[in-house]
This record gives sequence, C-alpha cells and structure tokens, in this order.
Amino acid sequence: MKIDLTVNGRAASGEVEARTLLVDFLREQLRLTGTHVGCDTSQCGACVVMVDGKSVKSCTMLAIMAAGCDVTTIEGLANGAELHPMQQAFMDNHGLQCGFCTPGMVMSGLDIVNRHGRDLDAATVRRELNGNICRCTGYQNIVKSIREGARAMGD
Amino acid sequence: MYSFSYHRPASVAEAADLIANAADGKLVAGGQTLLPTMKHRLASPSDVIDLGAIAELGGIVVNGNIVTIGAMTSHAEVAASGEVQEAIPALAALAGNIGDPAVRNRGTIGGSIANNDPAADYPAALIALGATVRTNRREIAGEDFFAGMFETALEEDEIIVAVDFPRPEAAAYMKFENPASRYAIVGVFIARTADGARAAFTGATDCAHRAHRLEEALANDFSPAALADFQAPVDRMNADIHASAEYRAHLVRVMAQRAVAACA
Ligand SMILES: Cc1cc2nc3c(=O)[nH]c(=O)nc-3n(C[C@H](O)[C@H](O)[C@H](O)COP(=O)(O)OP(=O)(O)OC[C@H]3O[C@@H](n4cnc5c(N)ncnc54)[C@H](O)[C@@H]3O)c2cc1C
Ligand code: FES
Ligand code: FES
Repeated sequence: MKIDLTVNGRAASGEVEARTLLVDFLREQLRLTGTHVGCDTSQCGACVVMVDGKSVKSCTMLAIMAAGCDVTTIEGLANGAELHPMQQAFMDNHGLQCGFCTPGMVMSGLDIVNRHGRDLDAATVRRELNGNICRCTGYQNIVKSIREGARAMGD
Repeated sequence: MYSFSYHRPASVAEAADLIANAADGKLVAGGQTLLPTMKHRLASPSDVIDLGAIAELGGIVVNGNIVTIGAMTSHAEVAASGEVQEAIPALAALAGNIGDPAVRNRGTIGGSIANNDPAADYPAALIALGATVRTNRREIAGEDFFAGMFETALEEDEIIVAVDFPRPEAAAYMKFENPASRYAIVGVFIARTADGARAAFTGATDCAHRAHRLEEALANDFSPAALADFQAPVDRMNADIHASAEYRAHLVRVMAQRAVAACA
C-alpha cells in the first residue's frame, strides 16, 4: 500500500505492508535512524516521535495509520548545524551516556513543553517521563536538561 | 506480526459491514493493546478495521447531568477536557494517570473498556459512576458490561460508540500503581451520588467489579473511619509477582479510605 505523509516538514511517501510499524518505515525506508527501538513492547520510549504535534510510540503505531499526518523525528529538530535548544541542553548538561534513549527523551521533553510550558519543576518532568526508560544516567541530568532546554526555547 | 488487510472506514455503519464480512476481523482504536498483542502473535486477525477516521466516535459532550465521551476519545483528551474536569474531575484525573503521555495520546476509552484488562482503570469508573455503554446495537449498564478477565458483554462485531457518565455529587479514584506499567495493582473508585455511595475496585480480581460491601459500610457514615475494620475477601484476590492476595486485600481498604477522604 502506498502512503503519503509529511516527515520533518517535507513530503514523504513509500510502499508499506499493512503491518509495517511507523518506526520501521522511518528507519528502514526513510533511513531516519535517529528514532530508536529499545524494547519493541511499548515500554521504553526510545521510539517516541511527534505525530500531528503529539508524542507517540512509533513502535506501537502502524505506518499506514500515519498516512496524511505530519511526523517530526529527532532529525527534524536542528536548524542545519545549529542544534535545537532542547538538544543543546542535553549536550551542555551531560544528559546522556550511551545515547540510546536520548532521541525519545528529547521528543518527550518537547511534548512536556507543549503541555506544561517552559517553566518546569523537576517533579513534573519526572512524572511526565514515566514512559521513557534510561539504563545509564539515573535520570538526574535528563531532568536537568529538559528543564534547561525548556527555558532556553524562549530565547 | 502476521500480515493482514487494513481498512479505514469513515462511518460506524461501514465499519460494521467490514467486520461482519471479514473472516477474522479486529477493530483497532489506539492500538496500544492490540498492536503489542499482534506483535506477540497472540492475535492474528485477517482484517484490521481502523476506527480512527470515524468522526461520530469522537468528542466529549455535556448535556445536563450527563457527560458523553465518544469511544475514540483518547485518554489525553479526557484528561485535558475542561468539561470533564468541571463535571467529573475524578474521571479526568483517572485518564491523566493511565500509562504514560505517549500511550495516553493514542489509547482510547472504547479500546480500554472493550479490552477489559483486569488491572485497567476506566472499568472501575464506569461501574462506580453508573455509566452506560452505548454500542451500534444497544445500551449496556457499566455494571453489566465487564464480564471477566478480558471479557465483556459485547457480542461478536459489536462496536462501542460512546459512554454516558452521570455527574456524581463527588467522586475520587485512588490507585496503587505498578511503578513500571502504571496499571493498577489495586484501584478503588468511590462516588457519592443522590442515591448514596457507589464503589468499584479494579486490579484485585479477574476484572473490575462493583464493591457492594464497601457501599454498605459507607451507607450510614460516608467517612474513612467507617472502613477502618473493612476486610476484603483474601481468597478472591489475585496474587502475583507484584503483590500477594493478603496485600491486595489490604490495599482495597486503604485505597477505599483514601478515595472516600478525597471525596470530602
Ligand atoms: C505502556 C502501557 C501502559 C499502560 N498503562 C495503563 C494503565 O495504567 N491503565 C490502564 O487502564 N491501561 C493502561 N494501558 C492500556 C491503554 O490504556 C490502552 O490504550 C487500552 O487498554 C486500549 O485502548 P486502545 O484504544 O489502544 O485500544 P486497541 O489496542 O486499539 O484495542 C483494544 C481492544 O479493544 C477493541 N476495541 C477498540 N475500540 C473498540 C470499539 N469502539 N468497540 C469495540 N471494540 C473496540 C479492539 O478490537 C481490541 O480488541 C497501558 C498500555 C501501555 C502500552
Ligand atoms: S521501542 Fe517503542 S516503546 Fe520501546
Ligand atoms: S543514555 Fe544510555 S539509555 Fe539513556
């Protein structure tokens, strides 16, 4: 089946099977390998992307369900060589170690800003990250990164 | 995941036709339960009928004392709805505590109640609030809808259209959640209505049930103290890696007391 959608602001299309997951379409057909598969069981959040402005686990959505939608992945955030403020904040605050969870953390961070604004307390960030698992950092610097990235998005 | 044919009907009538004519059809709403189940090959439908494009299944409407929530309304929409927050704040709070934000953006009330996971949150709310499930064929009282583990009163190919919730005087839901999945290890929903106290629990047994004994204990004294000696039947409680039967029985009382206190 053919699908047409918008990915990171550009028209994209492809042939998919009905069972193709959105994450597999993004990674294998569009070669946008920034979105990761951590668990493939809807638990870890490494695969979080925005679909029509809302965070979704792309391992738990069919590609065909995203037909006609506007999808943003981690690759869609930077402006050329200039990182998005949320990405920059992860770099500045040592918000990652192995980096596997990071794309999902950054996308979920942006979703938190969309819903809670740019002045975030740590408790809110921790609660809102309950669908994102990190095996390395202990979360401390992820929370710090998201709070700082949120503030910096106003600059 | 095995392959299947995908359909995206624009109306309930069209969806009903598609599912009736499919060899082994499955409706999909948010897919947050069905897709993981299909990945595990625990389900392998021949046809998947996506309800996502059916406008008549969406939306939240308040009409007098009834809050109507369309089957395809996501948990995030219910949590963020000003109407639900005003009429039944406990229901908005319940929806806002299901799973995590990404699950709440896709998962729907219709999918949650059709699935009837033993630890799901919405079933307790439907029973305690005296809600009515409307399908493409009939109306079913919330209390009669949940039949057992992953079983409901739905007939084959019946489609949930909406749920009608009467506005209570006060209500609260307390869940002791599994820290990984956020599903309820035990959840208790208490409503104070014109007809007295209504209560339901989830997570404790095969599925959510009305808690008649809790209601009796609260009939003359709607206070946490009235439940001080309440004993849930240990022999009927689930026991698993997360909690023993004794612990679940204990949690039923504690969650019920907290919910009553929160109704004040
Ligand atoms: C990580 C994670 C955490 C979760 N945590 C919780 C939690 O804390 N509490 C909780 O309650 N739930 C939790 N869930 C489940 C979540 O709420 C699901 O969204 C819900 O159980 C299913 O809704 P869905 O819309 O995704 O349904 P789907 O997965 O699309 O469908 C589920 C079933 O319902 C049927 N169905 C769907 N819509 C209809 C309809 N209109 N009429 C008839 N049948 C229909 C389908 O055929 C299917 O059998 C969690 C899920 C995940 C992945
Ligand atoms: S890969 Fe999607 S939630 Fe883990
Ligand atoms: S940085 Fe390694 S999983 Fe989070």
